Amino acid sequence: MVTHVWRRKLESACLPIAAVLASLVLFGIFCAVVGANPFEVYGSIWKAAFGRWTSFQNTLIRAAPLMLSALCTALPARLGLVIIGNEGALVVGGIGAVALGLGISTAPPLVVQIGMAIAAMVAGGLWIGAVGALRHYRAVNETISSLLLNYIAIALLNHLVGGPMRDPSSLNKPATYPIAAVNMLQSIPGTRVHWGLVYGLVACVIAYFLIQRTTFGFAARTAGGNIRAARIAGLPVGKLTVAICFLAGSCAGLAGMVEVAAVHGTANESLNAGYGYGGILVAFIARHNPLAAALVSVLVGGILASGGILQRTHGLPDATVLVFQGLVFLVVLYSESLYGKLPFFREKPAAMVAPPAPPPSPGQEPVVVS
Amino acid sequence: MAAEALGWWGVPLAIAAGTMRGGTPFLFVSLGECLTEKSGKINLGLEGTLLMGAMSAYAISYLTGSPWLGVLVAGIAGVFLGLIHGWLSQQPRVNDVAVGIAMIVFGSGLAFFLGKPFIQPSAPQLATINLAAAGAPPALQSALQISPLFLLGVAIAPFLHWFFKSTRWGLFIRAVGDSPDAARAMGLSIFNVRMLSVVAGSFLAGIGGASLSLYYPGVWTERISSGQGLMAVALVIFARWNPIQCLWASLLFGGAQALGPALQSVGIEQGYYLFNAAPYILTLIIMIITCSPKRTLTGVPGALGTDN
Repeated sequence: MVTHVWRRKLESACLPIAAVLASLVLFGIFCAVVGANPFEVYGSIWKAAFGRWTSFQNTLIRAAPLMLSALCTALPARLGLVIIGNEGALVVGGIGAVALGLGISTAPPLVVQIGMAIAAMVAGGLWIGAVGALRHYRAVNETISSLLLNYIAIALLNHLVGGPMRDPSSLNKPATYPIAAVNMLQSIPGTRVHWGLVYGLVACVIAYFLIQRTTFGFAARTAGGNIRAARIAGLPVGKLTVAICFLAGSCAGLAGMVEVAAVHGTANESLNAGYGYGGILVAFIARHNPLAAALVSVLVGGILASGGILQRTHGLPDATVLVFQGLVFLVVLYSESLYGKLPFFREKPAAMVAPPAPPPSPGQEPVVVS
Repeated sequence: MAAEALGWWGVPLAIAAGTMRGGTPFLFVSLGECLTEKSGKINLGLEGTLLMGAMSAYAISYLTGSPWLGVLVAGIAGVFLGLIHGWLSQQPRVNDVAVGIAMIVFGSGLAFFLGKPFIQPSAPQLATINLAAAGAPPALQSALQISPLFLLGVAIAPFLHWFFKSTRWGLFIRAVGDSPDAARAMGLSIFNVRMLSVVAGSFLAGIGGASLSLYYPGVWTERISSGQGLMAVALVIFARWNPIQCLWASLLFGGAQALGPALQSVGIEQGYYLFNAAPYILTLIIMIITCSPKRTLTGVPGALGTDN
């Protein structure tokens, strides 16, 4: 009985890795078609993303918001909801962080930082929590409403940095007044990587335990598996939906705070730099597992970090990174259909695992044939 | 600015003109999405298709000097993306919404990648049909410039309605979308019917992209689409999966989109970005009003979004 459990686990680790490798091959073919040497491109990506400690730090800086943004899709996915409002929640989180950071800028730095984090989490949480509430109480499709809210959040950001919150000295690229340098998130000692990475890792671990090891998470997974059964069992499906969505949004909001308080120092257009869609990609590659999402974020962060070098050394446009992400996404989705199909990962007939083959007693692991 | 001469009258005039200009991409994309969804599949990736269509139309028009060839190639680019979506979203345990998101990333990435060299040069635009007399005020003239693509879209809407209602193929698509079991009993291949519907829908969305880059705004940049492909999904819900209502809904959304620029042209700069968000807010409000947890929407294809 143990054997097929490890085979199943091996399958869910191998298929995404194989998918990423396969998309790497497809991307190589794409590069060859447009006239770049695929092996040199691979080499450049490797060098820019993981090759040296300095470049790996760049990757980690990009991985931090990706982890947080990925949770915005991964958590509601356990309820069976496809939420893609990461970008919007990140943006309103950033706005919330800046507003509070400027409002209480004279308080001690630690208080300001905690205040910014809470403001960002509340702003992002309410943003996606509203999506959950609309889903439950009005049956509004959560994918579309969260997507519309992305555009609304970006319009709000443009409105605020273009008028009410604008720093008049930011001429070419309108931005809000900057946060005081003492209130910025510092780097982890010995590195250039800011503390946002720790926020991301901690959030992923908490999310994992919340979903896999608590009653709350069990209730959420039950509701995601069969909503009618969950209702009959007396689970408060509406509250669960709103609560999970709130948590998801607060993670993405925190990503916005990290970007504002550790990278940009102000809220401006750069907030909307693709971490939203990147986070969705991470969540799907990680199969909505928060711990896996932390690892995958480093991978996708590496892809994002290599955009510059592809442009400089190979003359490929910056959209190359987007093409690569799209290919990875498509192949990973295709790999979903291969679960249970490959003979190696299928549990062997009982006769081969345990020759005497006693009839399986109820309560044992059911053998799923798909 | 032309609208200045007319003072406040410029606002409704600019909105009316914007309704036709801004509504054209909405019209094609929503008709494409309607066709796709009638067969039971959702294509969220039409945003990528739209960008790909806009890019390829502009590039071909620039390279060959023939905008109509560009429109055709835009449709073909849509077919290419539609083939990927139609095939991938029908694999077992693959969620069509997720495929749509992936296709947005892939399609927009491909469009930006291939379109990079075409951002600077200006390509020949589609000729417009001018209804205003030569002596009319310039604002009126520009408002009455009607694109043949708009007229084409207006013609396709009733055609599609008739197609669903009165033809064998329309019945096939509706059967596959409403009740795959019944369609299977009719001897139809679910896969093929859905594939054809997705591909045809993507063809229309590609042409919608061409209307962006060859008619209005008539340039190719990476910011040319403002989410029309995504809003199409909401628009089709609002239009209750009815092609004729897609036409009215597209005009409404095109008008909402023209609100910000129209107000700006008479000097109202305050809240420009917020007015630009009007179509999204409108979509959201419409969805909140029309959806209900107690009943399913009228007109929704029975098997929409379910696994095959």
